[in-house]
Amino acid sequence: MSIWLDEKARVVVQGITGREGRFHAIACKEYGTNIVAGVTPGKGGQEVEGIPVFDTVREATEKTGCNVSLIFVPPPFAADAIIEAADCGMELIVCITEGIPIRDMLYVKDFLQKSNSRLIGPNCPGIITPGKAKVGIMPGHIHKAGNIGIVSRSGTLTYEAVWQLTNLGLGQSTCVGIGGDPVNGTNFIDVLKAFEEDEETVAAVMIGEIGGSAEEEAAEWIKNNFSKPVVAYIAGITAPPGRRMGHAGAIIMGGKGTAEGKMQALRQAGVTVVESPAQIGEAVAEVLKKREVKP
Amino acid sequence: MKIHEYQAKEIFKRFSIPVPIGYVVDDLEKVKEVVVTLGVPVVVKAQIHAGGRGKGGGIKLAKIAAEAITAAKSLLGKKLVTPQTGPDGQPVNKLLIEKAVDIEKEYYLGILLDRSKSLPLVMASAAGGMDIEEVAAKDPSLIKHTHFDPFLGLWSYQSREIAKFLGIESKLLRKFEQLLRSLAKLYLELDASLVEINPLVLTKEGDFIALDAKINFDDNALFRHPEIIELRDYSQEDPLETEASRYNLNYIKLDGNIGCMVNGAGLAMATMDIIKLYGGEPANFLDVGGGATQDAVKNAFRILISDPSVKAVLINIFGGIARTDRIARGVVAAIEELGEVKIPVVVRLEGTNVEEGRRILREANFDFIVAENMSDAAEKVVKAVL
Repeated sequence: MSIWLDEKARVVVQGITGREGRFHAIACKEYGTNIVAGVTPGKGGQEVEGIPVFDTVREATEKTGCNVSLIFVPPPFAADAIIEAADCGMELIVCITEGIPIRDMLYVKDFLQKSNSRLIGPNCPGIITPGKAKVGIMPGHIHKAGNIGIVSRSGTLTYEAVWQLTNLGLGQSTCVGIGGDPVNGTNFIDVLKAFEEDEETVAAVMIGEIGGSAEEEAAEWIKNNFSKPVVAYIAGITAPPGRRMGHAGAIIMGGKGTAEGKMQALRQAGVTVVESPAQIGEAVAEVLKKREVKP
Repeated sequence: MKIHEYQAKEIFKRFSIPVPIGYVVDDLEKVKEVVVTLGVPVVVKAQIHAGGRGKGGGIKLAKIAAEAITAAKSLLGKKLVTPQTGPDGQPVNKLLIEKAVDIEKEYYLGILLDRSKSLPLVMASAAGGMDIEEVAAKDPSLIKHTHFDPFLGLWSYQSREIAKFLGIESKLLRKFEQLLRSLAKLYLELDASLVEINPLVLTKEGDFIALDAKINFDDNALFRHPEIIELRDYSQEDPLETEASRYNLNYIKLDGNIGCMVNGAGLAMATMDIIKLYGGEPANFLDVGGGATQDAVKNAFRILISDPSVKAVLINIFGGIARTDRIARGVVAAIEELGEVKIPVVVRLEGTNVEEGRRILREANFDFIVAENMSDAAEKVVKAVL
């Protein structure tokens, strides 16, 4: 088991002929993901490493039966690409693109509410179910199949956590990067809900950062609904207010969205919050040990 | 992106939002002429990219021309320190001189994104002219929150409901509605991330006027607003940050003495945090991008060490897709190319081929301090500045 992604996924890569799109389509394919099609408007009929390229997602869907999309389209056209994927019934849409205007994302969110598609991202590393499929830009080889679910707003910081777990022999069920933008398709609660229902996932790691209130909302939800242990790390305790720390969504505004506030909310919800990003792996090992001791 | 008050007021005028009559001056010689044209009393307002100008002495009422000139002299060409600028303050290169307005009542109006609902939100309060965050902390019931549709904007009835909450008289409803709906239109059309009028005033003559104006823009949407990019004022930014942005590097200067260079925004924040946890103070936030290419590393390093307060550097790279040995070669080449690096450099590399990467660092001509993991790196770099 895993959440949202397994070996059955048939993936179309939107923006496959661009530098990033091509590179990562190949990397995903090498990992074992079933990349069945690519889409670049105007380049229909071409091939990328044996993957057929179509002009529209509609055509790719009809010809290849794709059901998952991975998007590398530049920011001005990314909202259109996401909505195209949703309109064609993609069950899962993973948007890697960084720099999509907020207003475009408001339109996307509105469209998605009327569809059955799940959007992960934008501005995210994607999703991986180790050993089964990878739909994203994360380095596949640092992962190991197992029982820890990971959800994070960050990219390399997630790799860091994954690597710590893998080195301790703790594999991952599914790792989801929900992205660093203020408006995104999937939030912490969506992922945690899926982890709660996933029998294979025995514990969750949640990596948050300053800005917004998604962590606080997740804490509230965890308190009442999540039965598995959670280890959390929140980045940005040293971040100055009013400054955007790389991610468009990582900003403390009007005294709201501080790391302290998020850590406190999570602790009150019974989450194990680590102060140091170097302790994520060990903390997971510890909570698992405690769980086993208990009947 | 931030702009000045006088620029925001120009935009307000385009959207038919009334603002006081006023002129921008960047030259003391012009002050008298402007005051004569406007007629006293006037308000002299320092133009900087930070709030709290009133508290910092950047806004002065002048009843006679001589007072306006004195006020202008005390501000123009100086640095203004406010509760929001930091200890060095921001340079005042322009003043906005406005005709003073007879105030009957003051209100607060703001439009911003509600992230948890993914909808734009109007915040309105009759407690105008005050710090809205303080109002929210003291008595949140004084603020009305109204979400609106990003396609269609704010409905008329929504603006009427807001007017009622603010206690605005029935005969002024239409005027208020026009103003607020224009403000919402501006927010959407120009891809603003924040629009704020604090205070919006009702004059004794029964007109609404935006006494102050603040607009922030969504950086990601600037590509469709070239006229707004033109409004950027580099004098209000840290020169190192401006330079970093030229190389597409995310750099933010902080107060500490440990420079850090990291790939990825989340890991960059985490690196700052762990330095603090080990008793040090980060000098900056710097994300060189996930791939950490040699060019990015070189430019980033040059910017880092040109900050005189940096006494040691921590390079923290997680080699994901890019192999660690290749990143190590990039770091070595960057530092050899720069030459003259005299401060300790702690490097922590992790990921594929890490042993090879560390070997390359140890055998380089430069004396890198190679760390085994993130904790070790933080400990070593904090020790290096003691």
